Amino acid sequence: MIKLDAKIPEGPLAEKWSRHKRSVKLVNPANKAKLDIILVGTGLTGSAAASSLGELGYNVKAFCFQDSPRRAHSVAAQGGINAAKNYRNDGDSVYRLFYDIIKGGDFRAREANVYRAAEVSNQTIDQLVANGVPFAREYSGYLDNRSFGGVQVSRTFYAKGQTGQQCLLGAYSGLNRQITAGKVTMYPRRDMLDIVIIDGKARGIITRNLVTGEIERHSGHAVVLATGGYGTIYYLSTLALGSNVSAAWAAHKKGALFANPSFIQIHPTSLPQLNDYQCKLTLMSESLRNDGRIWVPKIKGDKRQPNDIPEEDRDYYLERRYPAFGNLVPRDVASRAAKERCDAGFGVGKTGLSVYLDFKDAIKKQGKKAIENKYGNLFEMYHKISGDNPYEVPMRIYPAGHYTMGGLWVDYNLMTTVEGLYAIGEANFSDHGANRLGAGSLMQCSGEGYFILPITIGDYLAGQIKTPRISTDHPEFEVAEKAARDKIKKLMAVNGKQTPTTFHRRLGKIMWDYCGMVRNEEGLKKAAVLVKELEEEFWKDVKVVDTELELNQELEKAGRVADFFGIAKLMIQDALSRKESCGAHFREESQTPDGEAKRIDSEYAYVAAWEYAGDDKPQILHREDLKFENVELKERSYK
Amino acid sequence: MNITLEIWRQKNARSKGKFVTYKLDGVSEEMSFLEMLDYFNKTIVEKGGEPVAFEYDCREGICGCCGLHINGYAHGGAHETTTCELRMTKFKDGDKITIEPWRSRAFPVIKDLIVDRSAFDKILRAGGFITANAGAAPDANAIPIRKVDADEAFDSAVCVGCGACVAACKNSSAMLFVSAKISQFAFLPQGRVEAVQRVQKMVARMDELGFGNCTNTGACEARCPKGIKLTNIARMNREFIGAKLGSQIVRH
Ligand SMILES: Cc1cc2nc3c(=O)[nH]c(=O)nc-3n(C[C@H](O)[C@H](O)[C@H](O)COP(=O)(O)OP(=O)(O)OC[C@H]3O[C@@H](n4cnc5c(N)ncnc54)[C@H](O)[C@@H]3O)c2cc1C
Ligand code: FES
Repeated sequence: MIKLDAKIPEGPLAEKWSRHKRSVKLVNPANKAKLDIILVGTGLTGSAAASSLGELGYNVKAFCFQDSPRRAHSVAAQGGINAAKNYRNDGDSVYRLFYDIIKGGDFRAREANVYRAAEVSNQTIDQLVANGVPFAREYSGYLDNRSFGGVQVSRTFYAKGQTGQQCLLGAYSGLNRQITAGKVTMYPRRDMLDIVIIDGKARGIITRNLVTGEIERHSGHAVVLATGGYGTIYYLSTLALGSNVSAAWAAHKKGALFANPSFIQIHPTSLPQLNDYQCKLTLMSESLRNDGRIWVPKIKGDKRQPNDIPEEDRDYYLERRYPAFGNLVPRDVASRAAKERCDAGFGVGKTGLSVYLDFKDAIKKQGKKAIENKYGNLFEMYHKISGDNPYEVPMRIYPAGHYTMGGLWVDYNLMTTVEGLYAIGEANFSDHGANRLGAGSLMQCSGEGYFILPITIGDYLAGQIKTPRISTDHPEFEVAEKAARDKIKKLMAVNGKQTPTTFHRRLGKIMWDYCGMVRNEEGLKKAAVLVKELEEEFWKDVKVVDTELELNQELEKAGRVADFFGIAKLMIQDALSRKESCGAHFREESQTPDGEAKRIDSEYAYVAAWEYAGDDKPQILHREDLKFENVELKERSYK
Repeated sequence: MNITLEIWRQKNARSKGKFVTYKLDGVSEEMSFLEMLDYFNKTIVEKGGEPVAFEYDCREGICGCCGLHINGYAHGGAHETTTCELRMTKFKDGDKITIEPWRSRAFPVIKDLIVDRSAFDKILRAGGFITANAGAAPDANAIPIRKVDADEAFDSAVCVGCGACVAACKNSSAMLFVSAKISQFAFLPQGRVEAVQRVQKMVARMDELGFGNCTNTGACEARCPKGIKLTNIARMNREFIGAKLGSQIVRH
């Protein structure tokens, strides 16, 4: 029987982390060199963790599926990274950052974790600057800040529209330094297929070498997953095409509870879907909403060119509905408002599924040069894809699947419900409740990687120093390897007609329609049936080219799609069981008279952590009740 | 539109590759270039054949995974564009498109259009970092950096490591790639501390890995999807010579 214990330290909120740091067990330097840590995923989170763990003296074996850590999906983050530096003297503080995240997450995150994330944010910026990350600066030579959705202070550090790239490259350079120092061994082009558990403890992983097709065993005293998010469940999303749930799912099947799986953020400003061949929806950073104004025509089906539509015929619907925050309302609110306008027939473009994001006024006020300075590369990217020049005509945007607040359940030490198995970064559920604020993920990812995990993992490893290096000949490795091989054989044996991508696209459409921006009981129940049918069809008709011992991209995709079916079913179960609206999870049955999300704190102020019970069985719900001792639960209003 | 594709097929690193010609109907100009290849692969798989392997991840020009030689040009030759950003509007009905992997002895072919670019990682490991342990950093605003310098550092730091510079160069030189990293750190006070060792180690590693010399043809700059400038190479040369002289002074 699993019992959830978040292990939140005693004491006042602001002192919990420092007290905890004082009380965790330490591993002496000589012993660290005898301990092996498996780290799967070297995005911003994993690269930061690898560099810190290496500096501390542990032996790290790090894995990623790309050819180099530098290509992880973190590279695509555009807008920025938050920290409570208060360099602007605008009243920011660790507490305010904490409060904004808790409120932005619609009161569905754990206070202690969020406070800690806010607390280490300042150290993270110091670290990244020291590593040579060229953040934007003012003429004075000091760091520049901008504001981001859902908050009223300027606390976002940025490097043009390429903040994620610069942060990742900074962390990757630290990882490289540890590789050179011999503390980290890098295994690129590997897919993690399974976790090996010995006597209840995570002790290793099974991987497939994506070049040779070999199945490999790797052992360690602890296993850390930093494998990112699964927003690709919708097929079309703002994520990289390789982003997947497989590693987290393997952990889940081996006993790690999965928390709030249906909390997926739909980002309001992405390029719209233009045709049926499209494989991704490119994000247009939220920072654009600082200067861009969102509108649709007031007249249904208005066919005039946007620049020909006079002011009086434009509906700046965010400014109209939310005068206090205007275009800077949080993502969930902005996304639903766009969907509402388009569903009501006011959408623009060929499909009617987009709205305008207009820079005319900003360019008039600040000049083209100033706008180019802030968003040059985003404007260029938009121009290349759409063929329209956003300096001259408004951008067309629409919401798209973007970020998974849900993920593996972890306690305050970032350990999952499997002993010795940790989850960090987007792969865990910890900080963003039911909705993430902009620029909060890079902050969480680097903070957990550089400063939190390296300390909390010591508490566990201190108890492992007497355990000799784990042998990969253990029977549990045998069993896990065989299971991995069998799954590959099974996929190849189907020998059907449809490609894995065809199934992924079809699955994504079901999830988008029924478990996307707006959900209701009837739709979710329908989706459950459709997903099950599609999964059955997959196992009868998928086609995987049979080249097992070679680079085989179709096999990689098929394995991922097979796991997407699992998480899809769990998302639906989770969404069905939460009959309130909160953050990104909008249940039509639970709304206020003016169409805003209605939370039901008396019944749902908990983290839903699901226990795997078998492929075709409903999963078992465990609740972690959320206690709010420092903030008052309030209706989230941006009006 | 209907097009003809001439694609390099190579089973693995050990086997010999060759061009194979395919006809592809029903291509839409709304597709991106890689969506066209996705569509092509779908038609092959559905007929029971083996799809063409090519590399990608972000599909938005930032991860640096994609990189194809198209009609003789790295990334297809459009200005500051990665292969995944290339659109089929650039082509017309009846076109023949030749697609090859990067050609460089430092980037061996793994399969079809995928090459091994790990040599880039190896160069960076030789010195492409600033030694700053987690926790030891001073306040981020402790050292002001002139905006022009921060901007220059950024412009060099945007390299995505795709390898087009090497593929476009007749000598397979990696100078643009290496100099971009050297320059980024050269502009930052934090990077100056280790500048002397950094440039020497990285250049030495680059030479060991089989990259060629720079003869200033400028092909790398022309094909770089991120607009990394040739001036970086001049800066690296200055840093390198300075480092050599400097280290001799120290030795004597
Ligand atoms: C377009 C876009 C823009 C964004 N902009 C911002 C922003 O401005 N600010 C912000 O704070 N956040 C932003 N985010 C969110 C943020 O970028 C991500 O949440 C964050 O980068 C995730 O980092 P990560 O290290 O957890 O995962 P990732 O960077 O996704 O890394 C995952 C790693 O795991 C590896 N991996 C995955 N599966 C396997 C497997 N099965 N086997 C082996 N290895 C595996 C991968 O190879 C990779 O190394 C953005 C997200 C998107 C999609
Ligand atoms: S696929 Fe990422 S740059 Fe082209």
